[in-house]
Amino acid sequence: MREIAIRDALKEAMTEEMDRDSRVFLVGEEVGAYNGAYKCSKGMLDRFGPQRVIDSPIAENGFAGFGIGAAMLGLRPIVEFMTFNFSLIAIDQILNTAAKARLMSAGQLECPIVFRGAGGAAYQLGAQHANSFEHFYAYTPGLIVLAPATPRDMKGLLKSAIRNDNPVVFFESELTYSLKGEVPEEEYLVPIGKADLKREGSDVTIITWSKNVFLALQVADELKEQGIAADLLDLRSLRPLDEDAILTSVAKTHRVVIIQEQHQVASYGAYLSHLISTKAFDELDAPVELVSSLEIPMPYAKSLESVILPSKERCIEAVMRVLR
Amino acid sequence: MDQDTLADLYRRMLRIRRFEEEAARLYTERKIGGFLHLYIGQEAVAVGAVSVLEEKDQMITAYRCHGHYLARGGSARAGMAELLGRETGCSKGRGGSMHFYDASRNFFGGWGIIGAQIPVAAGMAFANIVNETGGVVLCFLGDGAINIGPFHEGLALASLWKLPVVYIIENNYFAMGTPLEKTAATDDLSIRALGYPMARDTVDGHDIFKVRSCILDAVRRARDKRQPTLIEARTYRYRGHSMADPATYRTKADVDEWRSRDPIATLGSKIDSLGLQSIREKIDAEIEAEILDAVTFAEESPMPDPATVGDYVMA
Repeated sequence: MREIAIRDALKEAMTEEMDRDSRVFLVGEEVGAYNGAYKCSKGMLDRFGPQRVIDSPIAENGFAGFGIGAAMLGLRPIVEFMTFNFSLIAIDQILNTAAKARLMSAGQLECPIVFRGAGGAAYQLGAQHANSFEHFYAYTPGLIVLAPATPRDMKGLLKSAIRNDNPVVFFESELTYSLKGEVPEEEYLVPIGKADLKREGSDVTIITWSKNVFLALQVADELKEQGIAADLLDLRSLRPLDEDAILTSVAKTHRVVIIQEQHQVASYGAYLSHLISTKAFDELDAPVELVSSLEIPMPYAKSLESVILPSKERCIEAVMRVLR
Repeated sequence: MDQDTLADLYRRMLRIRRFEEEAARLYTERKIGGFLHLYIGQEAVAVGAVSVLEEKDQMITAYRCHGHYLARGGSARAGMAELLGRETGCSKGRGGSMHFYDASRNFFGGWGIIGAQIPVAAGMAFANIVNETGGVVLCFLGDGAINIGPFHEGLALASLWKLPVVYIIENNYFAMGTPLEKTAATDDLSIRALGYPMARDTVDGHDIFKVRSCILDAVRRARDKRQPTLIEARTYRYRGHSMADPATYRTKADVDEWRSRDPIATLGSKIDSLGLQSIREKIDAEIEAEILDAVTFAEESPMPDPATVGDYVMA
């Protein structure tokens, strides 16, 4: 199978869906003439013109609200945040307008819209550009929240997101836009709400999402060398969550390590841990381990950044603790 | 202006006034929960504006939304039922006072976070261009909304992208309890249009004929030339910010001065002076009956079935 980079997988997803449905358009900072801050929309302005690939001024609340208004009248916007760090300027529109329009109007208003962009840390971006904000969105009923890892899932899930009639928040990563992987040439969709079992094993369940899937794969490979077989679950979808996949795996391994880039307090991983401890209490042979970023804003220096983020070593230590 | 139009404007304004007076009564009887922000005093703005719209034009507003909903023709029964949290409400009891919707009449709410509807209106106007409907969006906001970020972001986008939208600041001189002189360094609010830039206008919001003329000019600019407009309509709410507010921050004399020019009383007198008193009295009686019927309907309507609590969350 051919291999393409994630930025091209995302571009293919948007291009195919815009070819398929004239109601779909892209709006955001630098998405047009600049080809996207991370080149995810390269060539799309030329292909679709300025009414469907719209360069916005720096006004996140403005263009997020603009997308929501367009969605309420039947268009299907893709709103690109250069990164989700800047989505906080727009978070009221996403949480209070998009997520609640359907309920407050008892179904009279629809809001089919995708908010996408990079989340999480990359190479030494400093404290304000390295946030993992999945939990803010995953917390909010009315939203779908996706955080895929591989090029194949990025494309297939983005296409599903664009076709979905709910507001969708879609996390990517600056660190993996150039990462290549197998992506089918032919049309395909990846379903929303389904986790992907990346490795099979009966000793421990490792649960993660987004780019930490690649860290977890390294962890699983190293554990295998030590004779420990891990079930590695790539959640891909945080809301809705594939609870069945989690509970099935826990029933098999009885030990769980969650890896997340969020800080631990009030995080998505903390919710997962609660879920497992209540719904699979009798299955657990050890407390659920949660490997997170330290409770410190991200410093700039490389030596400090690497201490903050989950590392292979910290993950393996956590696995060893649940196996004790 | 022909007699039918005068009578229709009077009817629509009175309908809002009487609806809200009954709502206030029900609120004091604790039949309405949450907040209740009354529009009483400002009726000429919504009714005047709606009277120059075409069916295909959309409206969106903030949380003081009963007047706009009713002006657009929203059902009094469904509105009252919404206030009482009933399944028969215009948002099936899921919205409440601040979140009235009637998409069938192109009334898009009903939004509770100051300023958020301003960029949303720009996006709706964009959809009208893409969908080639020729529709214009009317977006209402209060004087309390003109300092928040989304106001500026929304207006900047509307101007930059030449969107068919009309923004109407209903200046009632108080952002909740804070007077305008403490929230803006100018008493000319539409001056803010200049920086984007955008066409602007100022109108006496108590004069329904001036409101009509002002909004019609702006709607034509939007429809024919894709030029957005920012309008300041100077008006007054006779009641507090919400029912919880006794409005002790202003004098009775201030309120009485505005009441002396009350748009409903003024238009009623004008109709009478044309020798149409019997028509006016017939309208009064019809509105009275409609509003009392709406109250009865609301009180007799069922609350939403708890089993339906999960409805309307996801598509």
